[in-house]
Amino acid sequence: MQSFDLVRAADRSAAVAAGAASPTAQQGASVRFLAGGTTLVDLMKLGVEHPDRVVDINRLGLADIRKESNGDLLVGATARNSDLAHHPLVRAEYAALSQAILSGASTQLRNAATTAGNLLQRTRCVYFRDPASACNKRRPGSGCPAISGANRMLAILGTSDACIASHPSDMAVAMLAYDAVVHVECVSGGRQIPLAHLYVLPQERPDIETVLAPGDLITHVTLPPPPAGERSVYLKLRDRASYEFALVSAAVAVTLSDGVIKSARFALGGVGTRPWRVGAAERALLGRAPGEALFRKAADICLEGARPQSRNGFKVELAKRCIVHAFKQVTH
Amino acid sequence: MSSIENASTPVGQPDGRIALNLKVNGEMRAVSIDPRMTLLDCLREVLRLTGTKKGCDQGQCGACTVHIGGRRVNSCLALAVAHEGEDIVTIEGLGAPGRLHPMQAAFLEHDAYQCGYCTSGQIMSAVALLREPCAASDDDVREYMSGNICRCGAYPNIIKAIQQVRRTQSGGA
Repeated sequence: MQSFDLVRAADRSAAVAAGAASPTAQQGASVRFLAGGTTLVDLMKLGVEHPDRVVDINRLGLADIRKESNGDLLVGATARNSDLAHHPLVRAEYAALSQAILSGASTQLRNAATTAGNLLQRTRCVYFRDPASACNKRRPGSGCPAISGANRMLAILGTSDACIASHPSDMAVAMLAYDAVVHVECVSGGRQIPLAHLYVLPQERPDIETVLAPGDLITHVTLPPPPAGERSVYLKLRDRASYEFALVSAAVAVTLSDGVIKSARFALGGVGTRPWRVGAAERALLGRAPGEALFRKAADICLEGARPQSRNGFKVELAKRCIVHAFKQVTH
Repeated sequence: MSSIENASTPVGQPDGRIALNLKVNGEMRAVSIDPRMTLLDCLREVLRLTGTKKGCDQGQCGACTVHIGGRRVNSCLALAVAHEGEDIVTIEGLGAPGRLHPMQAAFLEHDAYQCGYCTSGQIMSAVALLREPCAASDDDVREYMSGNICRCGAYPNIIKAIQQVRRTQSGGA
């Protein structure tokens, strides 16, 4: 691991000032915020991340989980994944979020990992994690061995000729379905970023993964109140029954009224370069009676444009079946 | 002793080391370490508490499991400098020969190990699990224990040991 200076930020503005000294907030940042460390320390050991300065943000009072006066659920940036998954408000009103978190990693990791860290965790692509390999995300222009290599776990949606890395988070998939908003404190004050706009597609520059700039400190995430009577589920399909990343996953939330679908929100994990949500696929469900053929139609729309690689063509059909099965579970 | 400083000033001494006080098994221990040092390496190499094991060193195997603030974490992914003053408990703080923790006794009784390398991590996870919202079935326990790998495959006996302690505790509560 490369040496670094440790900084214990006294308050949020000090953390923002420290972060702003980095030329980038993306791959290769010279300043990194340390929360749970489950991604950062791992990648620093591998040599994938090599900040000169690490800013400990664990004592900034960002760990709250509470209902705000407007009905939003506020989730602090350093709230631990375990605390979020087991929170009574989350279990009651955002079941798919609780299920998504508990379907990922191990208890030890969830006890350390945080909200913002989970959102910003990095791909598990083996070439990205191996500094001896070429990787356009780690070293732009060096090539992508995954495209003709070990790509079974990788993305079929949102890919480019430069990168097919899948986004690894379960939590972010559920949060995307729940219309989460990311709140950022920055040098110029603060701003809100809908989670749907946080991640950028790899295109020619897969080293740029988010719209975050140097000094941007995620302080919390908010989830709007769910529509009355909404039922939701997170369905994760994987090679092992526990402690494994998704081949395909779906967070699905639906309300029914008079036998027809009144609202539908769903997002996919394991298949996209970012958590994947398609508005047209949701709109195709509205006002119609739930049924397998209808769910299949929404799934077809959601997977439009899928570009399978040499070893992950199975994900197209698997994703469609995952969507159909999840919808059947919440509408039966 | 290091202090909490403004973000403009890195914590540390000219040689790059940081002086801090770690609370391990109820005792305050003063150490002076490189900020890169994981809690795992600090426990083993500086404090000589070698009951906590290094397996994968990547947060995957669970051999390094310790409790921080009563919760189990992988000490290989924790930087020691980030845990000053927090309550850290290792296998050495759980019990000792002659006064074993009930979970340690149950692991002995059920022969819940073979080579023993993963055992301290298994026991630290199992003890934490007693305080977690883990349901009663063997499957639930397996799910909650999936962060601890046993290359010898002692899983059936590990589950038996944990379930015995759980039954005793819930019966006695």
